[in-house]
Amino acid sequence: MGNITFIEHNGTQHTVDIEEGKSLMETAMDNGIPGIDADCGGACACGTCHVIVDNNWIGTTGSSTEDENQMLDMNPEKVGTSRLSCQIPMSETMGGMVIRLPEFQM
Amino acid sequence: MKVLSPVIEKSASLIPIHLQIKGAHLYQKAKKGIFKGSPVHVFKETPLPDVSTLALEDIDVSNPFLFKQNRWQSYFKRLRDECPVHYQKESPFGPFWSVTRYEDIMFVDKHHDLFSAEPIISLGGQPEGLAIETFIAMDPPKHDVQRQAVQAVVAPKNLKEMEALIRSRAAEVLDSVPIGKPFDWVETVSIELTSRMLATLFDFPYEKRHKLAYWSDVAASSPETTGGPGSTDEAFTVAAEVAKQFSLLWREKEAKKAAGEELGFDLISLLLANENTKDMINRPMEFLGNIVLLLVGGNDTTRNSMTGGVHALNQFPNEFVKLKNNPSLIPNMVSEIIRWQTPLAYMRRVAKEDVELNGQTIKKGDKVVMWYVSGNRDERTIDQPDHFMIDRKNARNHLSFGFGVHRCMGNRLAEMQLRILWEEILKRFDNIEVVDDPQYVQSNFVKGYTQLMVKITAKTS
Repeated sequence: MGNITFIEHNGTQHTVDIEEGKSLMETAMDNGIPGIDADCGGACACGTCHVIVDNNWIGTTGSSTEDENQMLDMNPEKVGTSRLSCQIPMSETMGGMVIRLPEFQM
Repeated sequence: MKVLSPVIEKSASLIPIHLQIKGAHLYQKAKKGIFKGSPVHVFKETPLPDVSTLALEDIDVSNPFLFKQNRWQSYFKRLRDECPVHYQKESPFGPFWSVTRYEDIMFVDKHHDLFSAEPIISLGGQPEGLAIETFIAMDPPKHDVQRQAVQAVVAPKNLKEMEALIRSRAAEVLDSVPIGKPFDWVETVSIELTSRMLATLFDFPYEKRHKLAYWSDVAASSPETTGGPGSTDEAFTVAAEVAKQFSLLWREKEAKKAAGEELGFDLISLLLANENTKDMINRPMEFLGNIVLLLVGGNDTTRNSMTGGVHALNQFPNEFVKLKNNPSLIPNMVSEIIRWQTPLAYMRRVAKEDVELNGQTIKKGDKVVMWYVSGNRDERTIDQPDHFMIDRKNARNHLSFGFGVHRCMGNRLAEMQLRILWEEILKRFDNIEVVDDPQYVQSNFVKGYTQLMVKITAKTS
Protein backbone atom coordinates (compact mmCIF):
# COMPACT_ATOMS: atom_id res chain seq x y z
CA MET A 1 0.00 0.00 0.00
CA GLY A 2 1.34 3.47 -0.93
CA ASN A 3 1.60 6.52 1.20
CA ILE A 4 1.59 10.30 0.86
CA THR A 5 3.46 13.01 2.74
CA PHE A 6 1.95 16.21 4.13
CA ILE A 7 4.40 19.03 4.85
CA GLU A 8 3.20 21.69 7.28
CA HIS A 9 4.07 25.34 6.72
CA ASN A 10 6.75 25.09 9.41
CA GLY A 11 8.34 22.12 7.62
CA THR A 12 7.03 19.30 9.84
CA GLN A 13 6.37 16.19 7.75
CA HIS A 14 3.62 13.59 8.21
CA THR A 15 3.50 10.42 6.14
CA VAL A 16 0.18 8.57 6.02
CA ASP A 17 -1.22 5.53 4.21
CA ILE A 18 -3.46 5.91 1.20
CA GLU A 19 -7.01 4.68 1.70
CA GLU A 20 -8.68 4.34 -1.65
CA GLY A 21 -12.19 5.80 -1.81
CA LYS A 22 -11.54 8.51 0.75
CA SER A 23 -10.83 12.11 -0.13
CA LEU A 24 -7.46 13.66 0.61
CA MET A 25 -9.22 15.88 3.20
CA GLU A 26 -10.70 12.85 4.99
CA THR A 27 -7.34 11.14 4.96
CA ALA A 28 -5.76 14.22 6.56
CA MET A 29 -8.51 14.56 9.17
CA ASP A 30 -8.48 10.84 10.05
CA ASN A 31 -4.74 11.04 10.64
CA GLY A 32 -4.93 14.24 12.68
CA ILE A 33 -2.84 16.32 10.28
CA PRO A 34 -2.76 19.85 11.75
CA GLY A 35 -3.61 22.80 9.52
CA ILE A 36 -6.74 21.50 7.79
CA ASP A 37 -10.08 22.64 9.21
CA ALA A 38 -12.66 21.33 6.70
CA ASP A 39 -15.43 23.50 8.15
CA CYS A 40 -18.07 22.43 5.62
CA GLY A 41 -17.29 18.73 6.01
CA GLY A 42 -16.38 18.15 2.36
CA ALA A 43 -19.00 20.11 0.40
CA CYS A 44 -16.56 22.38 -1.47
CA ALA A 45 -18.26 25.30 0.26
CA CYS A 46 -15.79 26.85 2.71
CA GLY A 47 -12.20 26.74 1.43
CA THR A 48 -10.70 25.59 4.74
CA CYS A 49 -9.10 22.37 3.46
CA HIS A 50 -6.76 24.26 1.13
CA VAL A 51 -3.58 22.36 0.16
CA ILE A 52 -0.79 22.98 -2.31
CA VAL A 53 -0.03 19.98 -4.49
CA ASP A 54 3.64 19.42 -5.34
CA ASN A 55 4.33 20.48 -8.94
CA ASN A 56 5.32 16.92 -9.90
CA TRP A 57 1.94 15.58 -8.79
CA ILE A 58 -0.54 18.12 -10.15
CA GLY A 59 -0.86 16.01 -13.30
CA THR A 60 -2.06 13.10 -11.16
CA THR A 61 -4.53 15.04 -9.00
CA GLY A 62 -5.62 17.42 -11.73
CA SER A 63 -5.95 21.20 -11.29
CA SER A 64 -8.61 22.98 -9.25
CA THR A 65 -12.12 23.00 -10.71
CA GLU A 66 -14.32 26.05 -11.23
CA ASP A 67 -16.25 25.20 -8.04
CA GLU A 68 -13.05 25.08 -6.01
CA ASN A 69 -11.79 28.32 -7.51
CA GLN A 70 -14.86 30.14 -6.26
CA MET A 71 -13.62 29.51 -2.74
CA LEU A 72 -9.85 29.55 -3.45
CA ASP A 73 -9.85 32.85 -5.36
CA MET A 74 -10.64 34.70 -2.13
CA ASN A 75 -7.51 33.31 -0.44
CA PRO A 76 -4.32 35.39 -0.65
CA GLU A 77 -2.22 32.22 -0.21
CA LYS A 78 -3.59 30.61 -3.37
CA VAL A 79 -0.95 29.43 -5.86
CA GLY A 80 -1.08 27.66 -9.24
CA THR A 81 -1.29 24.16 -7.76
CA SER A 82 -3.73 25.01 -4.96
CA ARG A 83 -6.61 22.56 -4.45
CA LEU A 84 -9.38 21.95 -1.96
CA SER A 85 -8.40 18.57 -0.56
CA CYS A 86 -12.05 17.47 -0.13
CA GLN A 87 -12.26 17.42 -3.92
CA ILE A 88 -9.31 15.03 -4.45
CA PRO A 89 -10.32 11.33 -4.30
CA MET A 90 -7.43 9.17 -3.15
CA SER A 91 -6.09 6.41 -5.37
CA GLU A 92 -3.13 4.02 -5.36
CA THR A 93 -1.61 5.98 -8.25
CA MET A 94 -0.79 8.68 -5.67
CA GLY A 95 1.85 6.65 -3.81
CA GLY A 96 4.74 8.97 -2.87
CA MET A 97 2.76 12.17 -3.46
CA VAL A 98 3.83 15.32 -1.59
CA ILE A 99 1.24 17.84 -0.33
CA ARG A 100 2.11 21.19 1.26
CA LEU A 101 -0.13 22.99 3.73
CA PRO A 102 -0.61 26.77 3.64
CA GLU A 103 0.28 28.91 6.68
CA PHE A 104 -3.40 29.67 7.38
CA GLN A 105 -6.83 28.36 6.46
CA MET A 106 -9.47 31.02 5.97
CA MET B 1 -29.13 55.33 -2.10
CA LYS B 2 -29.78 53.27 -5.22
CA VAL B 3 -31.73 56.04 -6.93
CA LEU B 4 -29.35 58.74 -5.89
CA SER B 5 -26.08 56.89 -6.21
CA PRO B 6 -25.25 57.97 -9.81
CA VAL B 7 -25.74 61.57 -8.75
CA ILE B 8 -23.71 61.06 -5.61
CA GLU B 9 -20.92 59.31 -7.49
CA LYS B 10 -20.64 62.22 -9.91
CA SER B 11 -20.87 64.98 -7.37
CA ALA B 12 -18.65 63.25 -4.83
CA SER B 13 -15.73 65.55 -5.40
CA LEU B 14 -17.89 68.64 -5.04
CA ILE B 15 -20.23 67.90 -2.12
CA PRO B 16 -19.20 65.87 0.95
CA ILE B 17 -21.00 62.50 1.19
CA HIS B 18 -22.65 63.25 4.53
CA LEU B 19 -24.33 66.38 3.15
CA GLN B 20 -25.66 64.37 0.22
CA ILE B 21 -27.18 61.81 2.60
CA LYS B 22 -28.87 64.64 4.50
CA GLY B 23 -30.23 65.84 1.18
CA ALA B 24 -31.55 62.38 0.36
CA HIS B 25 -33.22 62.24 3.78
CA LEU B 26 -35.03 65.56 3.25
CA TYR B 27 -36.08 64.41 -0.21
CA GLN B 28 -37.55 61.16 1.18
CA LYS B 29 -39.35 63.02 3.98
CA ALA B 30 -40.85 65.45 1.50
CA LYS B 31 -41.83 62.64 -0.85
CA LYS B 32 -43.56 60.72 1.94
CA GLY B 33 -45.34 63.92 3.03
CA ILE B 34 -46.60 64.75 -0.45
CA PHE B 35 -47.22 61.34 -2.01
CA LYS B 36 -47.83 59.35 1.18
CA GLY B 37 -45.11 56.85 0.21
CA SER B 38 -45.23 53.24 1.43
CA PRO B 39 -45.82 53.35 5.21
CA VAL B 40 -43.36 51.59 7.51
CA HIS B 41 -44.94 48.73 9.47
CA VAL B 42 -45.04 49.38 13.20
CA PHE B 43 -44.40 46.26 15.29
CA LYS B 44 -46.41 46.02 18.51
CA GLU B 45 -45.41 43.25 20.88
CA THR B 46 -47.98 40.61 21.82
CA PRO B 47 -47.22 37.19 23.34
CA LEU B 48 -46.55 34.57 20.66
CA PRO B 49 -48.91 31.58 20.79
CA ASP B 50 -47.74 28.01 21.41
CA VAL B 51 -46.72 26.84 17.92
CA SER B 52 -48.74 23.61 18.26
CA THR B 53 -51.97 25.69 18.23
CA LEU B 54 -51.19 27.15 14.80
CA ALA B 55 -51.96 25.86 11.30
CA LEU B 56 -48.74 25.39 9.30
CA GLU B 57 -49.59 28.18 6.88
CA ASP B 58 -50.08 30.62 9.77
CA ILE B 59 -46.60 30.14 11.16
CA ASP B 60 -44.64 33.33 10.58
CA VAL B 61 -41.01 33.12 11.71
CA SER B 62 -40.35 36.68 10.50
CA ASN B 63 -42.03 37.89 13.70
CA PRO B 64 -39.38 40.10 15.36
CA PHE B 65 -40.50 38.95 18.81
CA LEU B 66 -39.79 35.25 18.19
CA PHE B 67 -36.25 35.58 19.59
CA LYS B 68 -37.15 38.33 22.06
CA GLN B 69 -39.72 36.02 23.70
CA ASN B 70 -37.40 33.03 23.38
CA ARG B 71 -40.05 30.98 21.52
CA TRP B 72 -37.94 30.25 18.45
CA GLN B 73 -36.86 26.67 19.24
CA SER B 74 -40.35 25.13 19.12
CA TYR B 75 -41.35 27.16 16.05
CA PHE B 76 -38.35 26.06 14.01
CA LYS B 77 -38.52 22.47 15.22
CA ARG B 78 -42.09 22.23 13.95
CA LEU B 79 -41.05 23.60 10.55
CA ARG B 80 -38.05 21.25 10.33
CA ASP B 81 -40.20 18.24 11.18
CA GLU B 82 -43.40 18.99 9.29
CA CYS B 83 -42.60 21.47 6.54
CA PRO B 84 -38.84 22.00 6.13
CA VAL B 85 -39.26 24.29 3.12
CA HIS B 86 -42.13 26.49 4.26
CA TYR B 87 -44.05 29.28 2.52
CA GLN B 88 -45.46 32.23 4.43
CA LYS B 89 -47.60 34.16 2.00
CA GLU B 90 -48.37 37.40 3.84
CA SER B 91 -45.81 38.51 6.41
CA PRO B 92 -45.12 42.21 7.14
CA PHE B 93 -42.02 41.67 4.96
CA GLY B 94 -44.01 40.19 2.09
CA PRO B 95 -44.21 36.52 1.11
CA PHE B 96 -41.12 34.38 1.71
CA TRP B 97 -39.83 30.80 1.85
CA SER B 98 -38.14 29.46 4.99
CA VAL B 99 -35.42 26.83 4.55
CA THR B 100 -34.88 25.20 7.94
CA ARG B 101 -32.84 21.98 7.58
CA TYR B 102 -29.03 21.91 7.53
CA GLU B 103 -28.63 20.09 4.20
CA ASP B 104 -31.15 22.31 2.37
CA ILE B 105 -29.51 25.46 3.73
CA MET B 106 -26.13 24.20 2.52
CA PHE B 107 -27.67 23.63 -0.93
CA VAL B 108 -29.10 27.15 -1.18
CA ASP B 109 -25.95 28.80 0.20
CA LYS B 110 -23.72 26.96 -2.29
CA HIS B 111 -25.85 27.72 -5.34
CA HIS B 112 -25.40 31.43 -5.96
CA ASP B 113 -26.19 30.59 -9.59
CA LEU B 114 -29.76 29.66 -8.52
CA PHE B 115 -30.21 32.05 -5.58
CA SER B 116 -29.16 35.70 -5.77
CA ALA B 117 -27.97 37.73 -2.77
CA GLU B 118 -29.17 40.93 -4.45
CA PRO B 119 -30.53 43.42 -3.58
CA ILE B 120 -30.16 42.76 0.16
CA ILE B 121 -29.71 39.84 2.59
CA SER B 122 -32.29 40.87 5.21
CA LEU B 123 -35.94 39.82 5.11
CA GLY B 124 -37.13 43.37 4.53
CA GLY B 125 -35.59 46.07 2.34
CA GLN B 126 -33.52 49.02 3.51
CA PRO B 127 -35.14 52.38 4.31
CA GLU B 128 -36.31 54.03 1.12
CA GLY B 129 -33.56 56.28 -0.26
CA LEU B 130 -30.86 54.70 1.93
CA ALA B 131 -29.89 51.53 0.10
CA ILE B 132 -26.14 51.29 0.64
CA GLU B 133 -24.44 48.84 -1.72
CA THR B 134 -22.24 46.17 -0.13
CA PHE B 135 -20.64 43.05 -1.53
CA ILE B 136 -22.50 40.77 0.92
CA ALA B 137 -25.51 41.63 -1.25
CA MET B 138 -23.82 41.26 -4.66
CA ASP B 139 -23.48 38.21 -6.89
CA PRO B 140 -20.28 37.11 -8.61
CA PRO B 141 -18.37 38.44 -10.47
CA LYS B 142 -18.91 41.92 -8.93
CA HIS B 143 -18.96 40.41 -5.44
CA ASP B 144 -15.56 38.75 -5.89
CA VAL B 145 -13.79 41.92 -7.01
CA GLN B 146 -15.12 44.00 -4.12
CA ARG B 147 -14.54 41.37 -1.48
CA GLN B 148 -10.98 40.68 -2.59
CA ALA B 149 -10.24 44.37 -2.18
CA VAL B 150 -10.92 44.39 1.57
CA GLN B 151 -10.35 40.73 2.50
CA ALA B 152 -6.73 41.40 3.55
CA VAL B 153 -7.89 43.44 6.56
CA VAL B 154 -9.13 40.34 8.36
CA ALA B 155 -6.83 37.78 6.71
CA PRO B 156 -5.01 35.55 9.21
CA LYS B 157 -1.64 37.16 8.44
CA ASN B 158 -2.92 40.55 9.53
CA LEU B 159 -4.71 39.11 12.55
CA LYS B 160 -1.43 37.72 13.84
CA GLU B 161 -0.11 41.28 13.95
CA MET B 162 -3.13 42.40 15.97
CA GLU B 163 -3.36 39.58 18.48
CA ALA B 164 -1.31 41.22 21.24
CA LEU B 165 -3.25 44.47 21.00
CA ILE B 166 -6.60 42.68 21.07
CA ARG B 167 -5.46 40.71 24.11
CA SER B 168 -4.48 43.86 25.99
CA ARG B 169 -7.91 45.38 25.24
CA ALA B 170 -9.65 42.29 26.59
CA ALA B 171 -7.46 42.33 29.72
CA GLU B 172 -8.28 46.01 30.40
CA VAL B 173 -12.01 45.37 30.25
CA LEU B 174 -11.91 42.22 32.40
CA ASP B 175 -9.68 43.89 34.99
CA SER B 176 -12.25 46.63 35.46
CA VAL B 177 -15.41 44.58 36.10
CA PRO B 178 -16.93 44.46 39.61
CA ILE B 179 -16.27 41.29 41.62
CA GLY B 180 -18.96 39.73 43.79
CA LYS B 181 -21.81 42.07 42.87
CA PRO B 182 -24.33 41.88 40.03
CA PHE B 183 -23.71 43.80 36.79
CA ASP B 184 -24.83 43.65 33.17
CA TRP B 185 -22.35 41.54 31.15
CA VAL B 186 -23.77 42.90 27.87
CA GLU B 187 -23.09 46.56 28.66
CA THR B 188 -19.94 46.17 30.73
CA VAL B 189 -18.09 43.47 28.81
CA SER B 190 -19.61 42.52 25.44
CA ILE B 191 -20.41 46.01 24.14
CA GLU B 192 -17.36 47.60 25.72
CA LEU B 193 -14.97 45.01 24.36
CA THR B 194 -16.53 44.95 20.89
CA SER B 195 -16.35 48.75 20.71
CA ARG B 196 -12.69 48.70 21.72
CA MET B 197 -11.91 46.02 19.17
CA LEU B 198 -13.77 47.85 16.40
CA ALA B 199 -11.94 51.08 17.29
CA THR B 200 -8.69 49.11 17.10
CA LEU B 201 -9.52 47.54 13.73
CA PHE B 202 -10.52 50.89 12.24
CA ASP B 203 -7.91 52.88 14.21
CA PHE B 204 -10.90 55.04 15.07
CA PRO B 205 -10.50 57.79 17.73
CA TYR B 206 -10.54 55.72 20.92
CA GLU B 207 -12.56 58.18 23.00
CA LYS B 208 -15.36 58.05 20.41
CA ARG B 209 -15.43 54.24 20.25
CA HIS B 210 -18.95 53.86 21.68
CA LYS B 211 -20.30 55.59 18.60
CA LEU B 212 -19.20 52.61 16.50
CA ALA B 213 -21.45 50.18 18.37
CA TYR B 214 -24.29 52.69 18.38
CA TRP B 215 -24.03 53.31 14.63
CA SER B 216 -23.95 49.60 13.96
CA ASP B 217 -27.02 49.02 16.14
CA VAL B 218 -28.98 51.68 14.29
CA ALA B 219 -27.90 50.35 10.89
CA ALA B 220 -29.16 46.85 11.79
CA SER B 221 -32.36 47.76 13.63
CA SER B 222 -34.65 49.61 11.23
CA PRO B 223 -38.18 48.17 11.39
CA GLU B 224 -38.62 47.68 7.64
CA THR B 225 -35.34 45.74 7.39
CA THR B 226 -35.37 43.37 10.40
CA GLY B 227 -38.42 44.32 12.49
CA GLY B 228 -36.19 46.18 14.92
CA PRO B 229 -37.17 49.08 17.19
CA GLY B 230 -35.19 51.76 15.29
CA SER B 231 -36.46 54.60 13.12
CA THR B 232 -35.82 55.79 9.57
CA ASP B 233 -34.87 59.30 10.70
CA GLU B 234 -32.24 57.85 13.00
CA ALA B 235 -30.89 55.65 10.18
CA PHE B 236 -30.35 58.68 7.93
CA THR B 237 -28.75 60.74 10.69
CA VAL B 238 -26.36 57.90 11.47
CA ALA B 239 -25.47 57.24 7.81
CA ALA B 240 -24.53 60.90 7.43
CA GLU B 241 -22.47 60.80 10.64
CA VAL B 242 -20.64 57.60 9.58
CA ALA B 243 -19.83 59.13 6.18
CA LYS B 244 -18.48 62.29 7.80
CA GLN B 245 -16.35 60.63 10.48
CA PHE B 246 -14.86 57.99 8.20
CA SER B 247 -14.13 60.49 5.42
CA LEU B 248 -12.19 62.53 7.97
CA LEU B 249 -10.32 59.46 9.11
CA TRP B 250 -9.50 58.54 5.52
CA ARG B 251 -8.15 62.00 4.69
CA GLU B 252 -6.02 61.94 7.83
CA LYS B 253 -4.44 58.60 6.90
CA GLU B 254 -4.04 59.68 3.30
CA ALA B 255 -2.10 62.76 4.45
CA LYS B 256 0.14 60.54 6.59
CA LYS B 257 0.80 58.28 3.64
CA ALA B 258 1.59 61.28 1.41
CA ALA B 259 4.04 62.54 4.07
CA GLY B 260 5.83 59.19 3.88
CA GLU B 261 4.81 58.06 7.37
CA GLU B 262 4.44 54.36 8.01
CA LEU B 263 0.86 53.06 7.81
CA GLY B 264 -0.60 50.69 10.39
CA PHE B 265 -2.58 47.45 10.17
CA ASP B 266 -5.97 49.15 10.48
CA LEU B 267 -8.69 48.91 7.84
CA ILE B 268 -8.21 52.30 6.22
CA SER B 269 -4.43 52.05 6.13
CA LEU B 270 -4.73 48.68 4.39
CA LEU B 271 -7.25 50.06 1.92
CA LEU B 272 -4.88 52.96 1.22
CA ALA B 273 -1.96 50.57 0.76
CA ASN B 274 -3.79 48.39 -1.78
CA GLU B 275 -3.60 49.32 -5.46
CA ASN B 276 -7.27 48.41 -6.07
CA THR B 277 -8.67 50.33 -3.13
CA LYS B 278 -6.35 53.30 -2.59
CA ASP B 279 -8.85 55.65 -4.30
CA MET B 280 -11.98 54.15 -2.76
CA ILE B 281 -12.96 57.47 -1.20
CA ASN B 282 -13.70 58.67 -4.73
CA ARG B 283 -16.30 55.89 -5.02
CA PRO B 284 -18.41 56.95 -2.03
CA MET B 285 -21.07 54.24 -2.31
CA GLU B 286 -18.42 51.53 -2.26
CA PHE B 287 -16.57 53.31 0.53
CA LEU B 288 -19.63 53.75 2.76
CA GLY B 289 -20.90 50.26 1.90
CA ASN B 290 -17.67 48.61 2.99
CA ILE B 291 -17.43 50.63 6.20
CA VAL B 292 -21.00 49.82 7.21
CA LEU B 293 -20.63 46.14 6.30
CA LEU B 294 -17.49 45.72 8.40
CA LEU B 295 -19.00 47.76 11.22
CA VAL B 296 -22.21 45.72 11.42
CA GLY B 297 -20.42 42.46 10.64
CA GLY B 298 -17.99 42.98 13.50
CA ASN B 299 -20.46 44.24 16.07
CA ASP B 300 -23.65 42.26 16.72
CA THR B 301 -22.03 38.97 15.87
CA THR B 302 -19.07 38.98 18.25
CA ARG B 303 -20.91 40.92 20.93
CA ASN B 304 -23.71 38.38 21.18
CA SER B 305 -21.36 35.42 21.04
CA MET B 306 -19.45 36.97 23.95
CA THR B 307 -22.68 37.03 25.94
CA GLY B 308 -23.96 33.74 24.52
CA GLY B 309 -20.93 31.84 25.83
CA VAL B 310 -21.59 32.98 29.39
CA HIS B 311 -25.28 32.13 29.04
CA ALA B 312 -24.53 28.68 27.60
CA LEU B 313 -22.01 27.75 30.31
CA ASN B 314 -24.60 28.67 32.93
CA GLN B 315 -27.24 26.47 31.33
CA PHE B 316 -24.72 23.64 31.09
CA PRO B 317 -22.63 24.02 34.26
CA ASN B 318 -20.80 20.70 33.78
CA GLU B 319 -19.27 22.19 30.65
CA PHE B 320 -17.86 25.05 32.74
CA VAL B 321 -16.17 22.49 35.00
CA LYS B 322 -14.86 20.68 31.93
CA LEU B 323 -13.49 23.96 30.57
CA LYS B 324 -11.69 24.88 33.78
CA ASN B 325 -10.13 21.43 33.93
CA ASN B 326 -9.02 21.60 30.31
CA PRO B 327 -8.54 25.13 28.89
CA SER B 328 -7.12 23.62 25.69
CA LEU B 329 -10.77 23.06 24.75
CA ILE B 330 -11.23 26.82 24.25
CA PRO B 331 -10.83 26.84 20.42
CA ASN B 332 -13.37 24.03 20.05
CA MET B 333 -15.69 25.73 22.54
CA VAL B 334 -15.52 28.93 20.51
CA SER B 335 -16.98 27.11 17.48
CA GLU B 336 -19.62 25.53 19.71
CA ILE B 337 -20.58 28.94 21.15
CA ILE B 338 -20.96 30.35 17.64
CA ARG B 339 -23.20 27.39 16.66
CA TRP B 340 -25.26 27.47 19.85
CA GLN B 341 -25.77 31.23 19.75
CA THR B 342 -26.03 31.77 15.94
CA PRO B 343 -25.86 35.56 16.41
CA LEU B 344 -27.22 36.26 12.92
CA ALA B 345 -30.30 34.12 12.43
CA TYR B 346 -30.40 33.98 8.62
CA MET B 347 -29.32 35.26 5.24
CA ARG B 348 -31.90 35.93 2.54
CA ARG B 349 -31.73 35.12 -1.18
CA VAL B 350 -34.00 35.54 -4.23
CA ALA B 351 -34.57 32.59 -6.60
CA LYS B 352 -33.15 33.32 -10.07
CA GLU B 353 -35.22 30.54 -11.65
CA ASP B 354 -37.81 27.96 -10.53
CA VAL B 355 -36.10 25.55 -8.13
CA GLU B 356 -37.34 22.25 -6.63
CA LEU B 357 -36.24 21.98 -3.00
CA ASN B 358 -37.29 19.19 -0.65
CA GLY B 359 -40.63 18.67 -2.42
CA GLN B 360 -41.54 22.33 -2.88
CA THR B 361 -41.31 24.47 -6.00
CA ILE B 362 -39.72 27.83 -5.33
CA LYS B 363 -40.69 30.22 -8.12
CA LYS B 364 -38.32 32.60 -9.85
CA GLY B 365 -38.31 35.91 -7.94
CA ASP B 366 -39.43 34.41 -4.60
CA LYS B 367 -37.62 35.42 -1.41
CA VAL B 368 -35.78 32.49 0.21
CA VAL B 369 -34.58 32.72 3.82
CA MET B 370 -31.84 30.34 5.02
CA TRP B 371 -32.49 30.03 8.75
CA TYR B 372 -28.99 29.22 10.05
CA VAL B 373 -30.42 29.33 13.56
CA SER B 374 -32.64 26.36 12.67
CA GLY B 375 -30.06 24.41 10.64
CA ASN B 376 -27.68 24.68 13.59
CA ARG B 377 -30.28 22.78 15.67
CA ASP B 378 -31.16 20.20 13.00
CA GLU B 379 -31.25 16.76 14.64
CA ARG B 380 -30.70 15.16 11.21
CA THR B 381 -27.16 16.53 10.98
CA ILE B 382 -26.13 17.52 14.50
CA ASP B 383 -26.03 15.14 17.47
CA GLN B 384 -28.13 16.42 20.42
CA PRO B 385 -28.24 19.87 18.84
CA ASP B 386 -29.81 21.70 21.78
CA HIS B 387 -26.97 20.58 24.04
CA PHE B 388 -23.98 22.84 24.46
CA MET B 389 -20.89 20.60 24.37
CA ILE B 390 -17.50 22.32 24.47
CA ASP B 391 -15.79 19.14 23.24
CA ARG B 392 -18.34 18.49 20.47
CA LYS B 393 -16.88 16.53 17.57
CA ASN B 394 -16.94 18.49 14.30
CA ALA B 395 -17.97 21.66 16.15
CA ARG B 396 -16.56 23.66 13.23
CA ASN B 397 -19.27 22.34 10.89
CA HIS B 398 -21.87 24.88 12.08
CA LEU B 399 -23.76 27.17 9.67
CA SER B 400 -23.32 30.48 11.53
CA PHE B 401 -20.67 31.80 9.09
CA GLY B 402 -22.65 30.68 6.06
CA PHE B 403 -21.11 28.63 3.24
CA GLY B 404 -20.17 29.35 -0.36
CA VAL B 405 -18.86 32.61 -1.79
CA HIS B 406 -20.52 34.74 0.89
CA ARG B 407 -18.99 32.83 3.80
CA CYS B 408 -18.20 35.24 6.63
CA MET B 409 -15.04 37.16 5.83
CA GLY B 410 -14.32 37.96 9.48
CA ASN B 411 -14.67 34.40 10.76
CA ARG B 412 -11.03 34.11 11.85
CA LEU B 413 -11.15 37.45 13.61
CA ALA B 414 -14.34 36.46 15.43
CA GLU B 415 -12.81 33.18 16.54
CA MET B 416 -9.65 34.91 17.69
CA GLN B 417 -11.55 37.54 19.70
CA LEU B 418 -13.62 34.90 21.46
CA ARG B 419 -10.61 32.66 22.08
CA ILE B 420 -8.66 35.54 23.65
CA LEU B 421 -11.67 36.59 25.74
CA TRP B 422 -12.05 33.10 27.22
CA GLU B 423 -8.30 32.67 27.77
CA GLU B 424 -8.28 35.93 29.74
CA ILE B 425 -11.49 35.05 31.62
CA LEU B 426 -10.04 31.74 32.83
CA LYS B 427 -6.90 33.53 34.08
CA ARG B 428 -9.01 35.75 36.34
CA PHE B 429 -12.38 34.29 37.25
CA ASP B 430 -13.52 31.12 38.94
CA ASN B 431 -17.17 31.57 38.04
CA ILE B 432 -19.53 33.86 36.12
CA GLU B 433 -23.00 33.23 37.50
CA VAL B 434 -26.10 34.42 35.61
CA VAL B 435 -28.35 35.94 38.31
CA ASP B 436 -31.44 36.99 36.33
CA ASP B 437 -33.36 35.99 33.17
CA PRO B 438 -31.60 37.25 30.03
CA GLN B 439 -33.31 40.00 27.98
CA TYR B 440 -33.28 39.52 24.21
CA VAL B 441 -33.10 41.82 21.17
CA GLN B 442 -36.20 42.67 19.13
CA SER B 443 -35.25 41.59 15.60
CA ASN B 444 -35.79 38.71 13.22
CA PHE B 445 -32.14 38.96 12.12
CA VAL B 446 -29.96 39.66 15.14
CA LYS B 447 -30.30 36.88 17.71
CA GLY B 448 -28.84 38.57 20.72
CA TYR B 449 -29.07 40.00 24.20
CA THR B 450 -29.95 43.43 25.55
CA GLN B 451 -29.11 42.38 29.12
CA LEU B 452 -27.47 39.51 30.99
CA MET B 453 -27.04 40.13 34.73
CA VAL B 454 -24.10 38.21 36.19
CA LYS B 455 -22.05 37.95 39.37
CA ILE B 456 -18.36 37.09 39.19
CA THR B 457 -16.24 35.08 41.59
CA ALA B 458 -12.53 35.82 41.28
CA LYS B 459 -9.93 33.05 41.28
CA THR B 460 -8.57 32.41 44.73
CA SER B 461 -5.08 31.08 44.00
